[in-house]
Amino acid sequence: MSDYSVIGKRVHNIDGTEKVTGSGKYTFDVVLPNMLYGKILRSPHPHAKILKIDTRRAKRLVGVKAVVTGKDTLGRKQGIWRRFPELCDEEILCRAKVRYIGDAVAAVAAIDEDTAEEALDLIDVEYEPLPAVFDPMDAIKEDAPQIHEGVELNININRHIEWGDVDEAFEKCDHIREDKFKCSSQAHVCMETHDAVASFGHNGKLEVWTSSQSSYYIQRLYADMLDMNESDIRVTNRHTGGGFGSKFELDSAQFCAAILSQKLCQPVKIVLTREEEFTATKRRTPMYYFLKLGAKKDGTMLAKEVRVITEGGAYTAMGATALYLTGFFSSFPYKYPNYRYDGYRVYTNTATTSAMRGFGAPQSTFVGESQIDMMAEDLGIDPVEIRRKNGMTPNYEVPGQAFIQSCGLHQCLDKIEEHIEKRGKLPPNHGIGVSAYGFMSGGIFNWFNTPYAFSAAVVRINIDGKVDVYTGTCDMGQGSNTTLAMICAEELGVRLEDVRMFSGDTGICPPDLGAWGSRQTLMGGNAVKMAAAECKQQLIEFTAAKMGVNIVYDLDIKDRWVHLVDRPERGVSYFDIVKEAIRGKDGVAIMGRGHYTPHRKGMISPAYSFGVQAAEVEVDPETGRYKLVNVTTAHESGTVINPVGIEGQLEGAIMMAGGYGFCEDQPMDEGKILNPSIADYKLIRSLDMPETDILEIDTYEPEGPFGAKEAGEGLTNPTAGAIGNAVYKAVGVRIYDLPITPEKVFKALKEKEKQQKKAKK
Amino acid sequence: MKKELKFKVNGQPYEIFVKPKTLLVEVLRDLVGLTGTKRGCSSSSCGACTVMLDGMAVKSCSVLALQANGTEVVTVEGLAKGNELSPLQRAFLDHGSYQCGFCTPGMLMSSTALLTENPRPTKLEIKEGIDGNICRCTGYNAIVRAVTAVVKGEYKEAK
Repeated sequence: MSDYSVIGKRVHNIDGTEKVTGSGKYTFDVVLPNMLYGKILRSPHPHAKILKIDTRRAKRLVGVKAVVTGKDTLGRKQGIWRRFPELCDEEILCRAKVRYIGDAVAAVAAIDEDTAEEALDLIDVEYEPLPAVFDPMDAIKEDAPQIHEGVELNININRHIEWGDVDEAFEKCDHIREDKFKCSSQAHVCMETHDAVASFGHNGKLEVWTSSQSSYYIQRLYADMLDMNESDIRVTNRHTGGGFGSKFELDSAQFCAAILSQKLCQPVKIVLTREEEFTATKRRTPMYYFLKLGAKKDGTMLAKEVRVITEGGAYTAMGATALYLTGFFSSFPYKYPNYRYDGYRVYTNTATTSAMRGFGAPQSTFVGESQIDMMAEDLGIDPVEIRRKNGMTPNYEVPGQAFIQSCGLHQCLDKIEEHIEKRGKLPPNHGIGVSAYGFMSGGIFNWFNTPYAFSAAVVRINIDGKVDVYTGTCDMGQGSNTTLAMICAEELGVRLEDVRMFSGDTGICPPDLGAWGSRQTLMGGNAVKMAAAECKQQLIEFTAAKMGVNIVYDLDIKDRWVHLVDRPERGVSYFDIVKEAIRGKDGVAIMGRGHYTPHRKGMISPAYSFGVQAAEVEVDPETGRYKLVNVTTAHESGTVINPVGIEGQLEGAIMMAGGYGFCEDQPMDEGKILNPSIADYKLIRSLDMPETDILEIDTYEPEGPFGAKEAGEGLTNPTAGAIGNAVYKAVGVRIYDLPITPEKVFKALKEKEKQQKKAKK
Repeated sequence: MKKELKFKVNGQPYEIFVKPKTLLVEVLRDLVGLTGTKRGCSSSSCGACTVMLDGMAVKSCSVLALQANGTEVVTVEGLAKGNELSPLQRAFLDHGSYQCGFCTPGMLMSSTALLTENPRPTKLEIKEGIDGNICRCTGYNAIVRAVTAVVKGEYKEAK
């Protein structure tokens, strides 16, 4: 495969110079003529009836142009599970009731942000506080307050997955473990907070610039909420300052800006403050996990039973998907012959929990990889060995769920074993923990109910041979535009600098479901590749005719040279052929269309990537403080399209996933998030960041473009488990709830000491 | 009551009337029109708004514009000389030291200020130099590698 001329090369991101010079324009930087600034008033109560909203004083403030409340909306409810109307449950601007601290109740547009903010203080809202419930274990009780009308026991949705005969299999096990875990929340902390500039014109059309992971979803959800045709709405995503799963649902900045703009026919810009970002956007789902795992003496795992109760927060959002995926990935990356999962998502009066990088799998991987280490210890088996014994292999079918083609898990295990051996005897209080994972390359599920292809692209070759790619994919910083441009350049036989990307603009790009569920490389990549291939075919046909080539020869294009495959020296310049071909087509530019929708690829994803991670920690047994020393990852993602991009994804994932294991948390008091600032929300900074080594394993995924699959999101899964296992190896204490803070380690060490003393007596 | 602010930004003198409570980041972005400087938290915790003020890295969301009176400010737009990128900018490109790019201007300014003050920092000193800047995408190590490459002389200053 080394004869690629673009793929696998170390290149600058195609938008790199804009980013290092500060010239790239984010929604945050967009200023339009006659633009106003908006602010949102939010509920201070976790659960309350809205009795009255009086906006008169606010409207009288000089500089205020409009104040809107739920009464100014159509009263529709949005949700991303559009196939199920009962799961579309979020008004965004509440009309009768608020369900968490941060629910939006009114919005103001004014000549500047200061004035808008001042006006918020002048809006009088009369609430009738209602009893509230914050923990899902309380919310499922008979006498708990009901958060959504008609939803019994506050159970928003449940999910069941089962294969084999679990009960019978447990009978045959030599050893069974039952363990309880608790997974915490996590904030996305995108550096660019949610923001939007909405401009509703007198022509009845809406244009929106917004920081987003899916322009198409935002466009469609706007159409639902505003009762408009989607073609009358243009959503543009320029540079996006991070997404991580937080930016593909219609949010309060987007919706309120549009409602205000509709009233005034003036552009309105809303940028959420960092505090709003922490309290009034969505977050990772906290989960209570109950696991039962059964194995034979030799470490063969026969059965697993999983029960999960998740803290849903106030609305459904993408939480229903997280509930399903945490159940599916609880079986990963192992071949359980018998498996049963029951998950319940429960409404609570807390900020809504939804999608975040890993999408339910970081939780399942933390608990699963902790438990498998415990099982290995019980049975006296090496942790790598037990994973090898049960790990997935190529061409494995997860019964009734998924078919796995490429899988390099065993090579990854070998590499990590070598790494541990090479590290040799560790210094005192050091420990290395191992964690294995797998993840999807693009979700198959279509609860959004799109009638369009999942991914689509148009490639156009201009008269000078330069190539324009139009795709609805969104580059939120993960570098998908560079990866897709590389795929296009490779397929077409041109150089990367010949390709220009137009993405995430619903006005000019074909719809694509967007950047979530690790879709862009495989699905977006296949669409772009198909479109480029169609262009190439036209050029090859034209060249064959022009050169009078013997029909037995094949033609190809490589590095701007159209040539006979068997006699590469016989050919013509790509640029010359493009000029002549366009002339020959009566001046019509060369165009190709491509699309991708998975068919007959199981329930979850057309492909899966795998990896194994080893985290080394150094624990201070006096204080429980510990340091992340090194995180080494053996990883396979099929053919590597963009190596610099993959390295960045891997290292970056460790910052976020390490943070989930190490320090990130959102403690609450009566539904109020107590650390809504970057000063108080602890995340990994440069000094906390461990050394990171990457061991890339070669695989080839038949379903992916040039054999490529997911990289980067899956890497959010293993780290918390690896850290937990490392702490255990270092000082012999097991932490069952995230994050694994020094305080918890200290308490566990004290408890262990106490138990040991007791045992001596 | 607005007051006069006289200062230089990227070598260009400006005379602007601002309110006493106006922040330096607001003047740079909204009045001077240099939007390369970002704003991620408005509480000097994230570092996205870092600029150089008389050679020192400061968080421009926590400096009153009038405090910059008589100073020279350098923003990310002032790093390149004409069409030549600075060594750090080129090193960031080569090492993939940015992803979404929102923290990048601040990271570049902190790194530039570090190398101005200490041209031969150790790896630990580089990490300390950017510890006030949050990057949610890269995991910092690619940034440390880029700064290290500049320290090693792999990127020459444009003439």
